Amino acid sequence: MFEGVPLSWFLILSTVMFFVGVYGFLVRKNLITMLMSIELILNSVCINFVAFNKILYPEHMEGMFFTIFIIAVAAAEASVAIAIIINIYRRIVNIDVEKMDEMKY
Amino acid sequence: MLMLIMRHELLLVLITVILLLVELVLPAHRKQKIILPSLILFGAVMILGFLPGPAGTLFGGMYSTTPLTLLMKNLLTIGMFIVLLQSVDWLKKEENKEKISEFILLLLTTLIGMEYMLSSGDFLMFYLGLELATIPLAALAAFERFKEKSAEAGVKLIFTSALSSGILLYGISMIYGTVGTLYFDEVINGINGAPLQILAFIFFFSGMAFKISIVPFHLWTADVYEGAPINITSYLSVISKGAAVMIFTILLYTVFSKVTIMWKDVIYVTSILTMTIGNLFALRQRNLKRFLAFSSIAQAGFIFLGIIGQSQLGMTTVMYFVLVYIFSNLGAFGVVSVISNRTGKETIDDYDGLYRTNPLLSLTMMLALFSLAGIPPIAGFFGKFFLFTAAAKQGLYILVLIAVLNTIISLYYYLLVVKAMFLNRSDRPIAYFKSDGYSRLGLALCVAGMIIIGIYSPVYEFINRFTFGIY
Repeated sequence: MFEGVPLSWFLILSTVMFFVGVYGFLVRKNLITMLMSIELILNSVCINFVAFNKILYPEHMEGMFFTIFIIAVAAAEASVAIAIIINIYRRIVNIDVEKMDEMKY
Repeated sequence: MLMLIMRHELLLVLITVILLLVELVLPAHRKQKIILPSLILFGAVMILGFLPGPAGTLFGGMYSTTPLTLLMKNLLTIGMFIVLLQSVDWLKKEENKEKISEFILLLLTTLIGMEYMLSSGDFLMFYLGLELATIPLAALAAFERFKEKSAEAGVKLIFTSALSSGILLYGISMIYGTVGTLYFDEVINGINGAPLQILAFIFFFSGMAFKISIVPFHLWTADVYEGAPINITSYLSVISKGAAVMIFTILLYTVFSKVTIMWKDVIYVTSILTMTIGNLFALRQRNLKRFLAFSSIAQAGFIFLGIIGQSQLGMTTVMYFVLVYIFSNLGAFGVVSVISNRTGKETIDDYDGLYRTNPLLSLTMMLALFSLAGIPPIAGFFGKFFLFTAAAKQGLYILVLIAVLNTIISLYYYLLVVKAMFLNRSDRPIAYFKSDGYSRLGLALCVAGMIIIGIYSPVYEFINRFTFGIY
Protein backbone atom coordinates (compact mmCIF):
# COMPACT_ATOMS: atom_id res chain seq x y z
CA MET A 1 0.00 0.00 0.00
CA PHE A 2 2.87 2.32 0.82
CA GLU A 3 5.07 1.16 -2.03
CA GLY A 4 6.82 4.07 -3.62
CA VAL A 5 6.17 6.53 -0.81
CA PRO A 6 9.65 7.86 -0.04
CA LEU A 7 10.99 7.91 3.51
CA SER A 8 11.37 11.66 3.48
CA TRP A 9 7.60 12.13 3.29
CA PHE A 10 7.13 10.23 6.52
CA LEU A 11 9.92 12.18 8.15
CA ILE A 12 8.47 15.51 7.04
CA LEU A 13 5.11 14.50 8.50
CA SER A 14 6.65 13.41 11.79
CA THR A 15 8.82 16.52 12.08
CA VAL A 16 5.83 18.77 11.48
CA MET A 17 3.86 16.83 14.08
CA PHE A 18 6.69 17.04 16.58
CA PHE A 19 7.07 20.79 16.30
CA VAL A 20 3.33 21.39 16.29
CA GLY A 21 3.29 19.44 19.51
CA VAL A 22 6.13 21.46 21.05
CA TYR A 23 4.52 24.71 19.90
CA GLY A 24 1.19 23.67 21.35
CA PHE A 25 2.80 22.69 24.62
CA LEU A 26 4.51 26.04 24.96
CA VAL A 27 1.65 28.25 23.77
CA ARG A 28 -1.56 26.64 25.00
CA LYS A 29 -2.78 27.48 28.48
CA ASN A 30 -5.19 24.63 29.06
CA LEU A 31 -3.70 21.56 30.72
CA ILE A 32 -5.78 19.12 28.65
CA THR A 33 -4.62 20.77 25.43
CA MET A 34 -1.04 20.54 26.66
CA LEU A 35 -1.56 16.84 27.27
CA MET A 36 -2.84 16.50 23.72
CA SER A 37 0.29 18.27 22.48
CA ILE A 38 2.43 15.73 24.30
CA GLU A 39 0.48 12.95 22.62
CA LEU A 40 1.25 14.59 19.27
CA ILE A 41 4.95 14.54 20.11
CA LEU A 42 4.85 10.88 21.10
CA ASN A 43 2.90 9.95 17.98
CA SER A 44 5.42 11.71 15.78
CA VAL A 45 8.10 9.56 17.42
CA CYS A 46 5.98 6.48 16.67
CA ILE A 47 5.73 7.47 12.99
CA ASN A 48 9.50 7.90 12.90
CA PHE A 49 10.11 4.47 14.35
CA VAL A 50 7.64 2.68 12.12
CA ALA A 51 8.86 4.43 8.99
CA PHE A 52 12.52 3.72 9.72
CA ASN A 53 11.75 0.13 10.53
CA LYS A 54 9.56 -0.54 7.51
CA ILE A 55 11.66 1.22 4.88
CA LEU A 56 15.27 1.12 6.08
CA TYR A 57 15.58 -1.91 8.36
CA PRO A 58 12.78 -4.36 7.52
CA GLU A 59 14.73 -7.41 8.71
CA HIS A 60 14.20 -6.76 12.47
CA MET A 61 11.10 -5.50 14.26
CA GLU A 62 12.78 -3.31 16.88
CA GLY A 63 11.10 -0.10 15.75
CA MET A 64 7.64 -1.67 15.85
CA PHE A 65 8.23 -3.01 19.36
CA PHE A 66 9.40 0.35 20.53
CA THR A 67 6.23 1.92 19.10
CA ILE A 68 4.00 -0.49 21.01
CA PHE A 69 5.82 0.31 24.24
CA ILE A 70 5.57 4.05 23.59
CA ILE A 71 1.81 3.75 23.16
CA ALA A 72 1.47 1.79 26.40
CA VAL A 73 3.66 4.15 28.40
CA ALA A 74 1.88 7.18 26.93
CA ALA A 75 -1.40 5.75 28.17
CA ALA A 76 0.01 5.32 31.67
CA GLU A 77 1.44 8.82 31.60
CA ALA A 78 -1.83 10.31 30.41
CA SER A 79 -3.78 8.56 33.14
CA VAL A 80 -1.51 9.86 35.88
CA ALA A 81 -1.51 13.32 34.31
CA ILE A 82 -5.31 13.39 34.16
CA ALA A 83 -5.55 12.26 37.79
CA ILE A 84 -3.25 15.13 38.75
CA ILE A 85 -5.26 17.56 36.63
CA ILE A 86 -8.47 16.50 38.39
CA ASN A 87 -6.70 16.98 41.71
CA ILE A 88 -5.62 20.52 40.89
CA TYR A 89 -9.08 21.30 39.51
CA ARG A 90 -10.49 20.40 42.91
CA ARG A 91 -8.02 22.75 44.59
CA ILE A 92 -8.23 25.87 42.44
CA VAL A 93 -11.31 25.15 40.24
CA ASN A 94 -9.32 25.92 37.14
CA ILE A 95 -7.03 24.11 34.74
CA ASP A 96 -5.35 27.15 33.26
CA VAL A 97 -1.57 27.02 33.69
CA GLU A 98 -1.46 30.77 34.18
CA LYS A 99 -3.41 30.30 37.40
CA MET A 100 -0.83 27.91 38.83
CA ASP A 101 1.47 30.65 39.99
CA GLU A 102 1.63 30.15 43.71
CA MET A 103 5.30 29.18 43.56
CA LYS A 104 6.71 31.30 40.82
CA TYR A 105 9.35 33.41 42.49
CA MET B 1 21.10 -19.23 38.80
CA LEU B 2 21.02 -16.89 35.84
CA MET B 3 18.42 -14.81 37.63
CA LEU B 4 20.99 -13.94 40.31
CA ILE B 5 22.31 -11.38 37.86
CA MET B 6 19.07 -9.47 38.29
CA ARG B 7 18.98 -9.91 42.07
CA HIS B 8 18.60 -6.23 43.03
CA GLU B 9 15.49 -5.73 40.94
CA LEU B 10 13.99 -9.11 41.76
CA LEU B 11 14.38 -8.58 45.49
CA LEU B 12 12.76 -5.16 45.23
CA VAL B 13 9.88 -6.55 43.18
CA LEU B 14 9.51 -9.30 45.76
CA ILE B 15 9.24 -6.95 48.72
CA THR B 16 6.91 -4.69 46.75
CA VAL B 17 4.57 -7.64 46.20
CA ILE B 18 4.85 -8.71 49.84
CA LEU B 19 4.03 -5.22 51.06
CA LEU B 20 1.13 -5.03 48.63
CA LEU B 21 -0.30 -8.25 50.09
CA VAL B 22 0.29 -7.10 53.66
CA GLU B 23 -1.47 -3.86 52.84
CA LEU B 24 -4.50 -5.84 51.62
CA VAL B 25 -5.00 -7.70 54.88
CA LEU B 26 -4.25 -4.81 57.23
CA PRO B 27 -7.39 -3.22 58.68
CA ALA B 28 -7.85 0.44 57.85
CA HIS B 29 -7.08 1.79 61.31
CA ARG B 30 -3.79 -0.09 61.62
CA LYS B 31 -2.06 1.06 58.44
CA GLN B 32 0.82 2.41 60.52
CA LYS B 33 1.90 -1.15 61.23
CA ILE B 34 3.34 -1.42 57.71
CA ILE B 35 6.15 1.07 58.34
CA LEU B 36 8.41 -1.11 60.46
CA PRO B 37 8.18 -4.28 58.31
CA SER B 38 8.86 -2.30 55.17
CA LEU B 39 11.90 -0.68 56.76
CA ILE B 40 13.22 -4.05 57.89
CA LEU B 41 12.56 -5.67 54.51
CA PHE B 42 14.19 -2.82 52.68
CA GLY B 43 17.17 -2.86 55.03
CA ALA B 44 17.55 -6.57 54.33
CA VAL B 45 17.47 -5.89 50.58
CA MET B 46 20.08 -3.19 51.05
CA ILE B 47 22.41 -5.55 52.88
CA LEU B 48 21.77 -8.45 50.48
CA GLY B 49 22.69 -6.15 47.61
CA PHE B 50 26.22 -5.83 48.93
CA LEU B 51 26.83 -9.58 48.87
CA PRO B 52 29.07 -10.59 46.00
CA GLY B 53 27.25 -12.09 43.09
CA PRO B 54 27.54 -12.60 39.36
CA ALA B 55 27.29 -9.85 36.78
CA GLY B 56 26.44 -10.40 33.15
CA THR B 57 23.82 -9.98 30.47
CA LEU B 58 20.30 -11.33 30.24
CA PHE B 59 17.51 -11.35 27.64
CA GLY B 60 19.82 -11.29 24.67
CA GLY B 61 21.64 -8.17 25.77
CA MET B 62 18.64 -6.03 26.72
CA TYR B 63 19.64 -6.22 30.34
CA SER B 64 23.24 -6.15 31.38
CA THR B 65 25.03 -5.51 34.63
CA THR B 66 28.65 -4.78 35.34
CA PRO B 67 30.27 -4.50 38.78
CA LEU B 68 29.98 -0.75 38.31
CA THR B 69 26.20 -0.74 37.84
CA LEU B 70 25.84 -3.10 40.80
CA LEU B 71 27.76 -0.58 42.90
CA MET B 72 25.53 2.24 41.63
CA LYS B 73 22.44 0.28 42.62
CA ASN B 74 23.84 -0.24 46.09
CA LEU B 75 24.48 3.48 46.47
CA LEU B 76 20.91 4.25 45.41
CA THR B 77 19.51 1.71 47.87
CA ILE B 78 21.47 3.30 50.72
CA GLY B 79 20.09 6.71 49.81
CA MET B 80 16.57 5.33 49.52
CA PHE B 81 16.91 3.71 52.96
CA ILE B 82 17.83 7.06 54.50
CA VAL B 83 14.90 8.74 52.73
CA LEU B 84 12.55 6.08 54.11
CA LEU B 85 13.92 6.59 57.62
CA GLN B 86 13.44 10.33 57.34
CA SER B 87 9.88 10.09 56.11
CA VAL B 88 8.53 7.94 58.98
CA ASP B 89 7.79 10.94 61.15
CA TRP B 90 5.94 12.67 58.35
CA LEU B 91 4.00 9.51 57.42
CA LYS B 92 2.71 9.14 60.96
CA LYS B 93 0.97 12.51 60.78
CA GLU B 94 -2.80 12.46 60.97
CA GLU B 95 -3.44 13.55 57.37
CA ASN B 96 -1.21 10.84 55.89
CA LYS B 97 -2.39 7.93 57.99
CA GLU B 98 -4.57 6.32 55.37
CA LYS B 99 -2.03 6.40 52.54
CA ILE B 100 1.18 5.25 54.19
CA SER B 101 1.48 2.09 52.12
CA GLU B 102 0.88 3.95 48.86
CA PHE B 103 3.82 6.19 49.65
CA ILE B 104 6.15 3.28 50.32
CA LEU B 105 4.95 1.25 47.33
CA LEU B 106 5.26 4.10 44.86
CA LEU B 107 8.71 4.95 46.17
CA LEU B 108 9.84 1.33 45.79
CA THR B 109 8.44 1.28 42.25
CA THR B 110 10.50 4.29 41.24
CA LEU B 111 13.60 2.63 42.64
CA ILE B 112 12.89 -0.50 40.57
CA GLY B 113 12.60 1.72 37.51
CA MET B 114 15.92 3.40 38.24
CA GLU B 115 17.70 0.10 38.71
CA TYR B 116 16.36 -1.24 35.42
CA MET B 117 17.42 2.00 33.78
CA LEU B 118 20.94 1.70 35.19
CA SER B 119 21.45 -1.81 33.89
CA SER B 120 19.76 -1.36 30.53
CA GLY B 121 21.58 -2.66 27.49
CA ASP B 122 19.11 -1.28 25.02
CA PHE B 123 17.34 2.01 24.42
CA LEU B 124 13.93 0.36 24.91
CA MET B 125 14.85 -0.92 28.36
CA PHE B 126 16.38 2.45 29.18
CA TYR B 127 13.18 4.26 28.21
CA LEU B 128 10.96 1.89 30.17
CA GLY B 129 13.12 2.24 33.27
CA LEU B 130 13.14 6.00 32.95
CA GLU B 131 9.36 6.18 32.71
CA LEU B 132 8.88 3.74 35.57
CA ALA B 133 11.10 6.04 37.60
CA THR B 134 9.32 9.29 36.71
CA ILE B 135 5.59 8.59 36.47
CA PRO B 136 5.14 7.40 40.08
CA LEU B 137 7.24 10.36 41.24
CA ALA B 138 4.70 12.75 39.78
CA ALA B 139 1.99 11.00 41.76
CA LEU B 140 4.18 11.30 44.85
CA ALA B 141 4.83 15.00 44.28
CA ALA B 142 1.06 15.56 44.32
CA PHE B 143 0.79 13.35 47.39
CA GLU B 144 -0.60 15.94 49.81
CA ARG B 145 -3.93 16.13 48.07
CA PHE B 146 -5.34 18.95 50.14
CA LYS B 147 -2.49 21.36 49.62
CA GLU B 148 -2.56 23.57 46.57
CA LYS B 149 1.23 23.73 46.39
CA SER B 150 1.58 19.98 46.25
CA ALA B 151 -1.01 19.67 43.47
CA GLU B 152 0.79 22.38 41.54
CA ALA B 153 4.12 20.58 41.98
CA GLY B 154 2.56 17.40 40.62
CA VAL B 155 1.26 19.19 37.53
CA LYS B 156 4.61 20.80 36.88
CA LEU B 157 6.54 17.57 37.33
CA ILE B 158 4.34 15.35 35.16
CA PHE B 159 4.10 17.84 32.31
CA THR B 160 7.77 18.72 32.15
CA SER B 161 8.84 15.10 32.45
CA ALA B 162 6.36 14.01 29.77
CA LEU B 163 7.65 16.69 27.40
CA SER B 164 11.24 15.80 28.16
CA SER B 165 10.71 12.11 27.54
CA GLY B 166 9.00 13.04 24.26
CA ILE B 167 12.07 15.01 23.21
CA LEU B 168 14.35 12.20 24.37
CA LEU B 169 12.38 9.67 22.34
CA TYR B 170 12.61 11.81 19.25
CA GLY B 171 16.37 11.73 19.63
CA ILE B 172 16.36 7.96 20.12
CA SER B 173 14.20 7.51 17.01
CA MET B 174 16.78 9.43 14.97
CA ILE B 175 19.59 7.31 16.37
CA TYR B 176 17.59 4.25 15.36
CA GLY B 177 17.12 5.71 11.91
CA THR B 178 20.84 6.17 11.36
CA VAL B 179 22.09 3.02 13.04
CA GLY B 180 19.31 0.50 12.56
CA THR B 181 19.52 -1.02 16.01
CA LEU B 182 18.73 -0.10 19.58
CA TYR B 183 21.25 -2.29 21.40
CA PHE B 184 23.99 -0.20 22.97
CA ASP B 185 26.69 -2.66 21.90
CA GLU B 186 25.77 -2.27 18.26
CA VAL B 187 24.92 1.42 18.42
CA ILE B 188 28.50 2.17 19.51
CA ASN B 189 29.85 0.93 16.17
CA GLY B 190 27.25 2.77 14.14
CA ILE B 191 27.76 6.22 15.61
CA ASN B 192 30.15 8.22 13.47
CA GLY B 193 29.10 11.83 13.92
CA ALA B 194 26.79 12.12 10.92
CA PRO B 195 24.69 15.31 10.92
CA LEU B 196 21.47 13.47 11.80
CA GLN B 197 23.24 11.83 14.72
CA ILE B 198 24.39 15.20 16.01
CA LEU B 199 20.80 16.40 15.88
CA ALA B 200 19.73 13.19 17.59
CA PHE B 201 22.27 13.74 20.31
CA ILE B 202 21.00 17.26 20.90
CA PHE B 203 17.46 15.97 21.37
CA PHE B 204 18.72 13.16 23.58
CA PHE B 205 20.79 15.57 25.64
CA SER B 206 17.86 17.96 26.09
CA GLY B 207 15.67 15.14 27.32
CA MET B 208 18.26 14.00 29.84
CA ALA B 209 19.02 17.60 30.85
CA PHE B 210 15.40 17.96 31.96
CA LYS B 211 15.82 14.98 34.29
CA ILE B 212 19.15 16.18 35.71
CA SER B 213 17.89 19.82 35.67
CA ILE B 214 20.73 21.33 33.68
CA VAL B 215 20.37 25.04 33.15
CA PRO B 216 18.31 25.83 30.10
CA PHE B 217 15.93 23.12 31.31
CA HIS B 218 15.99 23.73 35.04
CA LEU B 219 12.97 25.96 35.61
CA TRP B 220 10.68 23.21 36.86
CA THR B 221 13.10 22.22 39.60
CA ALA B 222 12.60 24.97 42.13
CA ASP B 223 8.80 24.90 41.88
CA VAL B 224 8.50 21.13 42.14
CA TYR B 225 11.02 20.96 44.99
CA GLU B 226 9.19 23.63 46.93
CA GLY B 227 5.71 22.22 46.45
CA ALA B 228 6.32 18.51 46.84
CA PRO B 229 6.33 16.90 50.29
CA ILE B 230 9.80 17.40 51.70
CA ASN B 231 10.84 13.76 51.68
CA ILE B 232 9.89 13.51 48.02
CA THR B 233 11.95 16.62 47.41
CA SER B 234 14.99 15.01 48.95
CA TYR B 235 14.32 11.85 46.97
CA LEU B 236 14.02 13.86 43.74
CA SER B 237 17.12 15.88 44.36
CA VAL B 238 19.32 13.00 45.43
CA ILE B 239 18.23 9.57 44.24
CA SER B 240 16.37 10.51 41.09
CA LYS B 241 18.99 13.00 39.99
CA GLY B 242 21.82 10.68 41.00
CA ALA B 243 20.43 7.81 38.93
CA ALA B 244 19.94 10.09 35.92
CA VAL B 245 23.52 11.39 36.23
CA MET B 246 24.90 7.87 36.49
CA ILE B 247 23.12 6.49 33.43
CA PHE B 248 23.89 9.66 31.48
CA THR B 249 27.59 9.29 32.27
CA ILE B 250 27.54 5.62 31.32
CA LEU B 251 25.82 6.39 28.02
CA LEU B 252 28.24 9.18 27.19
CA TYR B 253 31.23 6.99 28.02
CA THR B 254 30.02 3.92 26.17
CA VAL B 255 27.47 4.66 23.46
CA PHE B 256 28.80 8.09 22.53
CA SER B 257 32.43 7.39 23.38
CA LYS B 258 33.63 7.48 19.77
CA VAL B 259 32.27 10.94 19.11
CA THR B 260 33.43 12.94 22.12
CA ILE B 261 33.75 15.92 19.81
CA MET B 262 29.96 15.79 19.54
CA TRP B 263 29.26 16.27 23.24
CA LYS B 264 32.32 17.86 24.78
CA ASP B 265 31.41 21.46 23.95
CA VAL B 266 27.79 20.97 24.97
CA ILE B 267 28.85 19.66 28.37
CA TYR B 268 31.41 22.47 28.72
CA VAL B 269 28.93 25.27 28.10
CA THR B 270 26.04 23.81 30.06
CA SER B 271 28.35 23.07 32.97
CA ILE B 272 29.36 26.73 33.25
CA LEU B 273 25.77 27.93 32.82
CA THR B 274 24.42 25.46 35.36
CA MET B 275 26.94 26.29 38.05
CA THR B 276 26.67 30.04 37.63
CA ILE B 277 22.92 30.40 37.27
CA GLY B 278 22.20 27.83 39.98
CA ASN B 279 24.42 29.71 42.40
CA LEU B 280 23.19 33.18 41.52
CA PHE B 281 19.56 32.17 41.96
CA ALA B 282 20.32 30.39 45.21
CA LEU B 283 21.61 33.69 46.62
CA ARG B 284 18.18 35.29 46.67
CA GLN B 285 16.13 32.41 48.07
CA ARG B 286 14.62 32.63 51.51
CA ASN B 287 12.70 29.36 51.49
CA LEU B 288 15.05 26.53 52.41
CA LYS B 289 13.51 24.00 50.02
CA ARG B 290 13.91 26.41 47.11
CA PHE B 291 17.37 27.26 48.35
CA LEU B 292 18.40 23.62 48.35
CA ALA B 293 16.78 23.18 44.93
CA PHE B 294 19.02 25.82 43.40
CA SER B 295 22.02 24.50 45.28
CA SER B 296 21.33 21.06 43.82
CA ILE B 297 21.15 22.59 40.34
CA ALA B 298 24.58 24.09 40.93
CA GLN B 299 25.92 20.75 42.15
CA ALA B 300 24.78 19.14 38.89
CA GLY B 301 26.97 21.68 37.09
CA PHE B 302 29.94 20.54 39.16
CA ILE B 303 29.20 16.92 38.29
CA PHE B 304 29.50 17.81 34.59
CA LEU B 305 33.05 18.88 35.34
CA GLY B 306 33.85 15.28 36.15
CA ILE B 307 31.98 13.96 33.11
CA ILE B 308 34.06 16.16 30.83
CA GLY B 309 37.13 14.43 32.30
CA GLN B 310 36.41 11.60 29.84
CA SER B 311 38.42 8.89 31.47
CA GLN B 312 38.29 6.29 34.15
CA LEU B 313 39.16 9.14 36.49
CA GLY B 314 36.07 11.00 35.27
CA MET B 315 33.79 8.06 35.99
CA THR B 316 35.30 7.47 39.43
CA THR B 317 35.04 11.10 40.44
CA VAL B 318 31.44 11.33 39.28
CA MET B 319 30.54 8.22 41.27
CA TYR B 320 32.44 9.44 44.32
CA PHE B 321 30.80 12.85 44.14
CA VAL B 322 27.34 11.34 43.80
CA LEU B 323 28.03 9.19 46.87
CA VAL B 324 29.14 12.22 48.86
CA TYR B 325 26.24 14.24 47.51
CA ILE B 326 23.75 11.56 48.61
CA PHE B 327 24.91 11.82 52.21
CA SER B 328 25.35 15.60 52.39
CA ASN B 329 22.14 16.55 50.64
CA LEU B 330 20.10 13.97 52.54
CA GLY B 331 21.61 15.35 55.74
CA ALA B 332 20.55 18.89 54.89
CA PHE B 333 17.11 17.79 53.76
CA GLY B 334 16.76 15.58 56.82
CA VAL B 335 17.20 18.54 59.17
CA VAL B 336 14.82 20.70 57.12
CA SER B 337 12.31 17.85 57.11
CA VAL B 338 12.45 17.28 60.87
CA ILE B 339 11.98 20.97 61.60
CA SER B 340 9.28 21.37 58.99
CA ASN B 341 7.36 18.39 60.40
CA ARG B 342 7.50 19.65 63.95
CA THR B 343 7.01 23.36 63.46
CA GLY B 344 6.02 23.94 59.83
CA LYS B 345 8.80 26.52 59.45
CA GLU B 346 10.78 26.47 56.23
CA THR B 347 12.47 29.84 55.69
CA ILE B 348 16.03 30.79 56.55
CA ASP B 349 14.86 33.52 58.93
CA ASP B 350 13.05 30.92 61.02
CA TYR B 351 16.39 29.27 61.69
CA ASP B 352 17.71 32.29 63.61
CA GLY B 353 19.18 31.15 66.88
CA LEU B 354 18.57 27.46 66.22
CA TYR B 355 21.88 26.55 67.83
CA ARG B 356 20.73 27.78 71.23
CA THR B 357 17.63 25.60 71.23
CA ASN B 358 18.57 22.59 69.10
CA PRO B 359 22.37 22.31 69.06
CA LEU B 360 22.60 18.81 67.58
CA LEU B 361 20.33 19.57 64.64
CA SER B 362 22.26 22.76 63.92
CA LEU B 363 25.56 20.91 64.01
CA THR B 364 24.25 18.30 61.58
CA MET B 365 22.93 21.00 59.27
CA MET B 366 26.27 22.80 59.48
CA LEU B 367 28.19 19.65 58.58
CA ALA B 368 25.88 18.96 55.64
CA LEU B 369 26.12 22.53 54.32
CA PHE B 370 29.91 22.56 54.74
CA SER B 371 30.06 19.30 52.84
CA LEU B 372 27.92 20.76 50.05
CA ALA B 373 30.11 23.85 49.95
CA GLY B 374 33.32 21.80 50.05
CA ILE B 375 35.15 22.70 53.24
CA PRO B 376 38.19 20.46 53.80
CA PRO B 377 37.83 17.86 56.50
CA ILE B 378 34.41 16.79 55.27
CA ALA B 379 33.72 14.55 52.28
CA GLY B 380 32.32 17.29 50.02
CA PHE B 381 35.72 18.90 49.68
CA PHE B 382 37.30 15.75 48.29
CA GLY B 383 34.35 15.18 45.98
CA LYS B 384 34.79 18.62 44.43
CA PHE B 385 38.57 18.36 44.47
CA PHE B 386 38.53 15.13 42.45
CA LEU B 387 36.01 16.56 39.99
CA PHE B 388 38.28 19.55 39.41
CA THR B 389 41.24 17.19 38.99
CA ALA B 390 39.39 15.24 36.32
CA ALA B 391 38.69 18.42 34.37
CA ALA B 392 42.19 19.81 34.88
CA LYS B 393 43.73 16.61 33.51
CA GLN B 394 42.07 17.49 30.20
CA GLY B 395 43.67 20.92 30.30
CA LEU B 396 40.40 22.77 30.84
CA TYR B 397 41.87 25.31 33.23
CA ILE B 398 39.38 28.08 32.43
CA LEU B 399 36.51 25.76 33.27
CA VAL B 400 38.15 24.81 36.54
CA LEU B 401 38.75 28.48 37.36
CA ILE B 402 35.08 29.29 36.80
CA ALA B 403 34.13 26.31 38.94
CA VAL B 404 36.38 27.50 41.76
CA LEU B 405 34.85 30.99 41.59
CA ASN B 406 31.44 29.37 41.76
CA THR B 407 32.48 27.40 44.81
CA ILE B 408 33.26 30.70 46.52
CA ILE B 409 29.83 32.10 45.65
CA SER B 410 28.22 28.95 46.95
CA LEU B 411 30.22 29.16 50.15
CA TYR B 412 28.66 32.58 50.75
CA TYR B 413 25.08 31.41 50.66
CA TYR B 414 25.70 28.19 52.55
CA LEU B 415 27.36 30.27 55.26
CA LEU B 416 24.32 32.56 55.36
CA VAL B 417 22.29 29.64 56.72
CA VAL B 418 25.05 28.70 59.16
CA LYS B 419 25.22 32.31 60.31
CA ALA B 420 21.48 32.37 60.87
CA MET B 421 21.69 29.26 63.02
CA PHE B 422 24.74 30.15 65.08
CA LEU B 423 25.14 33.92 65.23
CA ASN B 424 21.76 35.54 64.69
CA ARG B 425 19.57 36.10 67.69
CA SER B 426 15.87 35.69 67.57
CA ASP B 427 13.02 36.69 69.86
CA ARG B 428 11.10 33.57 69.02
CA PRO B 429 13.52 30.79 68.04
CA ILE B 430 12.29 27.32 67.19
CA ALA B 431 11.61 25.71 70.54
CA TYR B 432 13.56 22.66 71.67
CA PHE B 433 12.09 19.35 70.58
CA LYS B 434 13.22 15.74 70.54
CA SER B 435 13.01 14.25 67.09
CA ASP B 436 11.89 10.66 66.58
CA GLY B 437 14.29 7.72 66.52
CA TYR B 438 14.01 7.03 62.80
CA SER B 439 15.01 10.56 61.80
CA ARG B 440 17.86 10.44 64.28
CA LEU B 441 19.10 7.19 62.78
CA GLY B 442 18.83 8.67 59.27
CA LEU B 443 20.72 11.80 60.24
CA ALA B 444 23.35 9.79 62.10
CA LEU B 445 23.91 7.70 58.96
CA CYS B 446 24.33 10.89 56.93
CA VAL B 447 26.82 12.39 59.37
CA ALA B 448 28.79 9.15 59.56
CA GLY B 449 28.82 8.94 55.78
CA MET B 450 30.02 12.51 55.35
CA ILE B 451 32.86 12.11 57.82
CA ILE B 452 33.95 8.57 56.95
CA ILE B 453 33.98 9.11 53.19
CA GLY B 454 35.99 12.27 53.75
CA ILE B 455 38.80 10.87 55.88
CA TYR B 456 38.85 7.21 54.85
CA SER B 457 40.57 7.05 51.48
CA PRO B 458 39.86 3.34 50.68
CA VAL B 459 36.34 4.41 49.69
CA TYR B 460 37.76 6.20 46.68
CA GLU B 461 40.06 3.28 45.88
CA PHE B 462 37.08 0.94 46.18
CA ILE B 463 35.06 2.88 43.61
CA ASN B 464 38.11 3.22 41.41
CA ARG B 465 38.45 -0.56 41.19
CA PHE B 466 34.96 -0.88 39.73
CA THR B 467 35.28 1.79 37.08
CA PHE B 468 38.15 0.02 35.40
CA GLY B 469 37.65 -0.33 31.66
CA ILE B 470 34.54 1.82 31.46
CA TYR B 471 36.06 4.31 29.09
